[in-house]
Amino acid sequence: MSGLSIENISMRFDLPNGTSVQALQNVSLDIRQGELLSVLGPSGCGKTTLLNIVAGFLAPTEGRVVLGGKPVVGPGPERGMVFQQGALFEWMSVRENVAFGPNMKGMPKAESAGIVDHLLDVVGLRDFKDKAVYELSGGMQQRVALARCLANDPEVILMDEPLGALDALTREKMQGLVLKLWKETGKTIILITHSVEEALLLGERLLVMAPRPGRIHKEYRLPFADMGVDADLRDVKKTEGYAETREEILTMIWNMEEEIMGRTEAAS
Amino acid sequence: MTIALIYVAIFIAAFVAVRATGRFVERQRDFTSLKTVTFGDESAVRPNRIASIISVLAIFLIWGAFTGSKITPIHAPGPFLGETSFTYTAQAPDLSTDEGVVRVNVHRVGEDAAKPEGADGGEGFAKDDAASVAAWRSGLIRVDRNDVGGDAEGYKVIAIDGQPIAPGETVKLADGTVTMTPKGTLNFSPDPGWQMEKIWLPAPEDVWNRLIEIGTDGYRGFTLWEHVGWSLMRVVAGFALGSAVGIPLGYAMGLSNWFRGWFDPIVEFMRPVPPLALIPLVIIWFGIDETGKIVLLFLAALWIMTIAARAGVSGVNITKIHAAYSLGASKWQILRHVIIPNSLPEIFTGARVAMGVCWGTVVAAELVAAEKGAGQMIVAASKFQLTDIVIMGIVLIGIVGYGIDILMRLAENWLVPWKGRS
Repeated sequence: MSGLSIENISMRFDLPNGTSVQALQNVSLDIRQGELLSVLGPSGCGKTTLLNIVAGFLAPTEGRVVLGGKPVVGPGPERGMVFQQGALFEWMSVRENVAFGPNMKGMPKAESAGIVDHLLDVVGLRDFKDKAVYELSGGMQQRVALARCLANDPEVILMDEPLGALDALTREKMQGLVLKLWKETGKTIILITHSVEEALLLGERLLVMAPRPGRIHKEYRLPFADMGVDADLRDVKKTEGYAETREEILTMIWNMEEEIMGRTEAAS
Repeated sequence: MTIALIYVAIFIAAFVAVRATGRFVERQRDFTSLKTVTFGDESAVRPNRIASIISVLAIFLIWGAFTGSKITPIHAPGPFLGETSFTYTAQAPDLSTDEGVVRVNVHRVGEDAAKPEGADGGEGFAKDDAASVAAWRSGLIRVDRNDVGGDAEGYKVIAIDGQPIAPGETVKLADGTVTMTPKGTLNFSPDPGWQMEKIWLPAPEDVWNRLIEIGTDGYRGFTLWEHVGWSLMRVVAGFALGSAVGIPLGYAMGLSNWFRGWFDPIVEFMRPVPPLALIPLVIIWFGIDETGKIVLLFLAALWIMTIAARAGVSGVNITKIHAAYSLGASKWQILRHVIIPNSLPEIFTGARVAMGVCWGTVVAAELVAAEKGAGQMIVAASKFQLTDIVIMGIVLIGIVGYGIDILMRLAENWLVPWKGRS
């Protein structure tokens, strides 16, 4: 019963010059427990705003978010978040970063140490426990961020372009890791991304959002995430339907971008 | 002017010499040395340590050469010392002339001032004279006093060493100059040479000896370490109080609208006021003893530390704060585990600035009024023209200030190893 529902959310920012921006308009969405949802869209479509509202960092102008029957009013540990970069605490070691959530809850050190050790094994950083985070590469830092989020055992994991700052090779490896963690933990995951491939590979369900005003444009149900759990992601990309769906979504997004450009040109 | 030219000459000569010999020295082949673009690439400009050593040596060389120091092998020409003489031509009222010899003993200030022999000798009405004059000084020589008819109306001196002279005129001799005063008296100034007199600039070894002397015997009732120690104590006390108030205030200003609004006008107004401008008011309010000085240093450190702490809070990457909230941290936990550690680099930068300002302010405050302290020591010495103590004090103040900065940097590297690496 701990599904996440986004109920008719609208978000308007007033600008200092008197006009306002409709970042989101009447977005409604139900996400069942254990679902892996990826959200894709051109820049300015409000996908990060949507994620921030679910995380509780922003209050919507209309509508509400309900998790497990309780409305969201602010940030909380049941909604863990993984950021693009820069969210680790440099003054703590890898181990202390991962133990942050449990320690803040007041969990005894011995108990949290077990969780930390287990998670660092899972993300493959067993030998880096006592390193400072600034000594790690970008990919390793994101592994720490994933482990830190999981250590708190959240109901929902919100990922805001978590692999966006990584190089292409590391990114592929990390996509496999995200799928593995999803399968092993059974968490509900909402993943925001710019990359069509990533959205296809890491989304059981994929939302394409459209800008001005930000809204849900199209929804897909995809088989690739389930395949990717056991297979090589490069093989998944060769399966039937993958390339077609990718082209379809790319065309869709290109058209949206063209439309925005056309509208700005017409206005000027 | 000459000294500046000599300095530039040493600079250029050292550069040429090191360039010439450097060709034979094995160069270190690290990555930076392989960069071909160095003009404009600041990271490729590394201090030439040979230049640093020569630079320091050059300062001592020039210092020693122009003060007659024992530590330098070459010296600028010193003042004329010893016996010299010149002749003067006197004219009697009947226009007859006669020559007399003036022998002058030029001696160091405070040393043997005996007049040379041979006064009152010579034939004719102009008798010989003897005088003693200290180096770098001048002396009046009343040649008419012992001349026959020297007090007669119309008697006058018309030439020195054969060169004509009149009241107000100067004649240059080999070992000095002779000027005739408006009343017709001769004034002899021995050649001062290029060296500096002790009360202008003492030799390096004089300063060193004075350091040893004051280090063992003290100065004006306090040992050297008490003078420097009191200055340091005031700085540490003022800085500690300023930090104790300023850092929490800065955090509050970075975290609360009300605090920001309330203290913004005060901080922004007080920040540009130099602490030195507060000295008179602080003396009026708190007197010249320790309270006044510590209050002054407290005020000097307070605004700097407040602004540093405020900047530290605003410098926290918002994703770190969001991450901490999403991990279930409370406001106090975020302050304790995220905001405070994240602001430490800014606080250390502020602390280094504040310590520098406090050290400068304490010396200035002691110059104005104090019983003890590094600044007080040099201002007291300057009143007695003890230039060696003044220079020694300035060097000590510089060394202590530099030492404070090094300690702060070490503490920073130790406590904030992640600085600049996030």
